[in-house]
Order: sequence, then C-alpha cells, then structure tokens
Amino acid sequence: MSTYLGMPSLPVHGTGNLHASESFPQAAHRELANTQLRANLGHATHTIRDKRIQVVSELPDWEQLRDAGSAIKESVMARLPELLEQFEKNFTARGGVIHWARDADEANGIVAGLIRETGETEAVKIKSMATQEIGLNEYLEEQGIAAYETDLAELIVQLDHDKPSHILVPAIHKNRTQVRDIFLREMEGVDRELTDEPARLAAAARAHLRRKFLTAKVAVSGANFALADSGTLAVVESEGNGRMCLTLPETLITVMGVEKLLPTWQDLEVFMQLLPRSSTGERMNPYTSLWTGVTEGDGPQNVHLVLLDNGRSAALADEMGRSALHCIRCSACMNVCPVYERTGGHAYGSTYPGPIGAILSPLMTGIQAEENNSLPYASSLCGACYDACPVKINIPDILVHLRSVDVDSKRGKKKIPTQMDIGMNAASWALSSGKRLGMLEKGLPLGRLAAGPDKKITKLPGIAAGWTQSRDIPAPPKQSFRDWWKKEHHAPGTAPAAAHDQEDQP
Amino acid sequence: MRIALFATCIVDAMYPATARATVKILERLGHEVVFPSGQACCGQMHVNSGYIKEAVPVIANHVNAFDTEDYDVAVAPSGSCVASVKHQHPMVARSCGDKDLETRATAVGAKTYELSELLVDVLGVTDAGAQLGSYFPHRVTYHPSCHGMRLLRLGDRQARLLGSVAGIDMAELPEADQCCGFGGTFSMKNADVSSAMLEDKTANIAATGASLCAGGDASCLMHIGGGLSRQGSDVTTLHLAEILASTLEEPASVTGEVRVTTGKATR
Ligand code: SF4
Repeated sequence: MSTYLGMPSLPVHGTGNLHASESFPQAAHRELANTQLRANLGHATHTIRDKRIQVVSELPDWEQLRDAGSAIKESVMARLPELLEQFEKNFTARGGVIHWARDADEANGIVAGLIRETGETEAVKIKSMATQEIGLNEYLEEQGIAAYETDLAELIVQLDHDKPSHILVPAIHKNRTQVRDIFLREMEGVDRELTDEPARLAAAARAHLRRKFLTAKVAVSGANFALADSGTLAVVESEGNGRMCLTLPETLITVMGVEKLLPTWQDLEVFMQLLPRSSTGERMNPYTSLWTGVTEGDGPQNVHLVLLDNGRSAALADEMGRSALHCIRCSACMNVCPVYERTGGHAYGSTYPGPIGAILSPLMTGIQAEENNSLPYASSLCGACYDACPVKINIPDILVHLRSVDVDSKRGKKKIPTQMDIGMNAASWALSSGKRLGMLEKGLPLGRLAAGPDKKITKLPGIAAGWTQSRDIPAPPKQSFRDWWKKEHHAPGTAPAAAHDQEDQP
Repeated sequence: MRIALFATCIVDAMYPATARATVKILERLGHEVVFPSGQACCGQMHVNSGYIKEAVPVIANHVNAFDTEDYDVAVAPSGSCVASVKHQHPMVARSCGDKDLETRATAVGAKTYELSELLVDVLGVTDAGAQLGSYFPHRVTYHPSCHGMRLLRLGDRQARLLGSVAGIDMAELPEADQCCGFGGTFSMKNADVSSAMLEDKTANIAATGASLCAGGDASCLMHIGGGLSRQGSDVTTLHLAEILASTLEEPASVTGEVRVTTGKATR
C-alpha cells in the first residue's frame, strides 16, 4: 500500500478555485444588477427545470432510484480507503498509472510534469470540474503549455477569458450575439462573415476543434465515475468532443476527485438513470465513454489518473456535512434554486456554485477560508434543491449545520459581538419562557404607536434595515393572543374565566 | 378531542386573529382547545441562523410546555413551525447529546400537526363550507409555503380546504411553488436576493387579479404582505385559518391590517 485517503491524519483543506473572494451578499448585489444575465438565467434554468420534471416523472421508480443512489454513495464514503486501493490495483494491472494528489498544487504539478515528459506543449481538454477546481488551465499556461477546452460552452468561456457560471451550461450567462463576437475576436482563421445563427456558430466551433483534435498528442479529462471492481473510468457527455479526446491522442491524463468512485459495474446502472435525467433532462445522454487502462494498438497508450483529495477528506471528516461528497454534479439543484436563478454562478466565487457549492466549498476549504462563510447563508432554505437532488443530499440541513459551524467558530473570538449575536442572545432569553414572552408582549401597543396613523412600519435601523428595504411591517395588535386567551377566551357554553391558565415555566 | 394550540410566537404577538380563528374552527367542530401557557417559540430562527446553543433553551421550553398528558394532539397554524418541532427539535437535542430531550421532543413532534393536516387527516374536514360554515365571498389566490410543501408534504390539503369555502373565488397563482424569499434572517442577511424573489412573487399575485393572497404561514404572509404594502398594492395577505373561520354572520376582516376578528376585543 502506498498512500490512501486519510494519510496524513490531519485532513488537508482544499486550495485552488474553491473560494469566494467577496461575500455572497456583496457579489449578489452586483450580479443582480445585470438584467441581461438575469433574463438569460431565468430562461435557461426554467427550460431545463421543466425538461427534468418531465423525464423524471416518466420513471415510476424514481424515488427508489434516488434511494439507491444515496445508499451506494453512502457505502462508498464509508469504505473509501478500501475501494480506492481496489481501484488502484485493477487500474494498474491494466496498464494505467495512478498518481495521488493531496491538493491543487500537487495535482497541477503532476499533470504539468506528465505533459512535459511527452515533449508536447499543447493539450486538448474534456469539460471537467476537477481541473477547474485546481485551476489547471491557468497553471499550465504559466508553464508554457496551452490547454484547449473542447466542450462548446467551455470553449466560449475560455476564448472570452471568462469563468463558467454553471457547471453544466458554463456559458449560460452569454447569448448568441455575444458568442459570435467572442468567436470573431478570438478564434484563429474564423469566417469573418460569421452570423449569430446557432448552426453557423456550431460549424465555426467544429472547424476550430477539428484542427485541435487532429494535432493533439495529449488529452486531459475529468471523470464522472470510477468503478472499483474493474478499474474502469467513465465520462458522460453530450457533444462527442470528449470521445475525440479520449480516443485520438497518445497520452490521456485524467484528474478525478476521490469521491467519484463506485463499488461495482452494476452500480453504474443506477447512476446512468439518475444523471442524464437530472442534468440535461434527457433520458440518456448521447455519449458515454468507458475505458479500463490501456488497450494495445487502440486509443491512448499512456494512461494516467490523478486522484485528487483537495479538501475532500476534510469534508468527509464532517459527519453532518459529508454527504455533500455524494454529489454527481448534475446541476439539478442549481436549476431549481431561486437564489441561483437570480444571482448566477459567479456570485458564489468557487468553481461549484448554487446550493451544492454553498455547502461543498466551505466544507472543502474550511468555513473561515476567505469569504466562504457567507455561502451557507445564501439560501432561504426553501428545500427545492433537496427535492431535486438525484442522490438526496439534504442540502438545507447541511446549510444550517454549516451556519452553526460558522457561528461557533467565531465564539469567544470577537471583541465586540455583532448585532446578530446580541439579537439572538436576547431572543433566546425572551423566547425560552412563556412568561417572559407574555411580559414583552405587553409592549405591543408601543409598537402600534410607533407605527403611526398609517399602521405600518417602513424603516428600521441596523440589520433590520434589510427587511424594510423592500417591505413594510404591519402595526402590532393591541393585545397578544396569549393575553386574550387568559382574559377573554371561554369555551362554548362556559363562562369567561382565566381558569385555563396552567403552570408557567419559570 | 382535547387539542393543544401552539400559537407560534409570531402569531401570538403579531397576528392574534389567526390563533383566535384556529380556536374558533376547532371549537366549532366540537373539540376542546387548551393553550399550554409555558409555550413561546419553536426556535427555528435560532437554528436556521446557526445559533444552536441559543436555540436549545427555546426548544427545551417548547418541549417542556407540550410534554404533558393534558391533550390528545397539538396543532399550530404554521407549516414551518410544525416542521421545526418535528424535525429540528430532535435533531438539535441529538447534536447536543441530550438523550432525554431528544426522546421527549420526538414524542411531542409525533403529536403535533399543522392546521390543514389536522383538519383533513385527523378531523375529516373535506368541505369547509358544509362542515365549518366557512363563507368568504372574495377572489383569493394561494401561496403554498415551502416548509409545509416540502418538509411536511402537505400537498393540496390547504388549497382543497380553501377551495371548499362557500362563496370563495380561487385564482391559481403562477409559479406558486416558488419561494417568496422570506427565509427568516435570510431576508435581512441577503436582502437583495430576498427582495428580488419577493418582487416576482408579488408580481405573480398581482397577475391573478385576486384581492388577497392566502397561505398557511404567518411569517411568509407578513413578508409577502409587507412587500405588497410597500409597493402600494391594494392586495393583502390573510392566513387560511381566518378564511376558514369566516362565516356569513362573522366575516373575517380583509383590510390587511392586523385586526381582531373574533371574540369581544375591540378593533
Ligand atoms: S447536489 Fe445533487 S442536485 Fe446538486 S449537482 Fe450534486 S447531485 Fe446534482
């Protein structure tokens, strides 16, 4: 045995593109002002949402499939070291080479080294979250290696020197006129007469990519699944460009988070039903590629896999949060999220946006890394994500858990308590006794007075100003229910009395 | 049946008419209502804001107030607070290692129902007009709050009850399942996003042409109503308990301002 997850004993936090560099409310404020973005996003998320609901409702055993997916992932997390070793053994026996990377830097170094060994300075890439997470493209560029994205949307984002805003539809924030302008500006040898017709745009991208596929000697990919019992890797995609990358070059380097493992081939059956329906709203995706080590005379002869921790063992160590690692990156939670729908992915800072990003990023980096502690609050806890998630990750519960991790990690460290701390403390005192609450309710008429003749409160100070920025508060009633019950309620047919009053808690 | 009312803090302090209406409905069906006076709040504001330590005494207080043999079932006019009692209380007790509190909280949770759940599943109300004498001659739209919908799986219980009120004209709310943006302290911490969500909700409400929006959670209704009020809309919000309690003789007030509509208290 060489190394496995959990060695060294202290979990390492994730590095790379996992951080929000400004707080979510601040970033959201800016993104909300972009009305074009909001319109594009609203349209796109609603379309995918409807498609997903339709194909999901076709399956009578959808809930059982979700249960199965969740149970398989739970067992993987419980046996991760063992399964990783099993995978390593099988992958190696078939001619593949495994590399273990503790964090983003290590993974980047390994990939760059492997490319350098081939003598090449170019690589084609399959859309991959893991390589975005570690910032591989930027790192390779510094090392003089050009990595070309081959997924159409990723290509658009890369050509525009932008960042993806959705894990499945990375260019969801751009419309086709913007895409045409990017192609005209950035694509070598592009037809100068290019219009914004989707077919023309696709043809331009196709011509551009063909040139790359036919010359590339090295490909870099991610993986959707790894099967421990056979040492097989799987990539699920729509365009077929991934298939090109996986078959044409001589060297194939895959970067994969350790949590992507499944115990057996048979488990794939469950996930191949869950993933396409949840992500693109299709019954089946067009291309699924599977490879097991090296096949002599066919496809890449140099096959590598970089197994990436980068904060995953830290997430695994959090008992309440670890199920975030069950994520199969389908993006259903994003598409149904009312917050994501309005802010877009960039507001979350990290590679992983939306509800899953709001828990995964802080779990991987530690709650106080940069502004990541603002992410768990980026939710109204409406629960739409939990309902949509094909592997039943209880995102709302984990959001609440991480809020408590945030609050607890700051306890005793602040010189001056925040308004929220003071308010919560006072409310805890007032709301933990019927007597105390009753006493405070005697002050309701004062609030009524403050509301004035129009019977509404329109401006509050401090953090409560957030409320009154767009909502009024009605004038409080003259009498609380509790007081009325005590003084005036009488059951039908009985005399009014305060006889119902029971023992108060002190 | 002896039914314990959990008024919830927001209804107790801000919307007493909703609690009175709840009492009225249950008494009209011939049940006895008790009000455990030790009760205060379910503590979900604390839990959902991450202040678990501060939530514990609030939760313990609720469990102490309701851990009695004095009633058959408990009811609250709120999906959110009932979900907290059922799911969060045992979870928080567990997370702080208090076995006894966890056991008692689980028992209290098992006996606690959201109003429409109690009416439909336990008390067999299917036709509010016939069984409760409910009469409400207004055009009403309805917002199903998230926690009732997704945590309690209330389904169409609330909507069906409303639809069975005599004289009511129900208008379907577009995008009804979308959150109104309240989310407790979310509405303050992420006020911009919350407001953007609220804007869409109020626009959808306005599009129905209803004169008011009904719902089963006072907090969401306060949020939506507060937005409508700020936008200068004539449309208001009203808890479904008040609509169910409304009769020809004693109609519910629909002006939106917090008013007492039952008993002898002055307006
Ligand atoms: S958390 Fe669930 S819904 Fe969201 S991307 Fe992951 S698997 Fe899909």
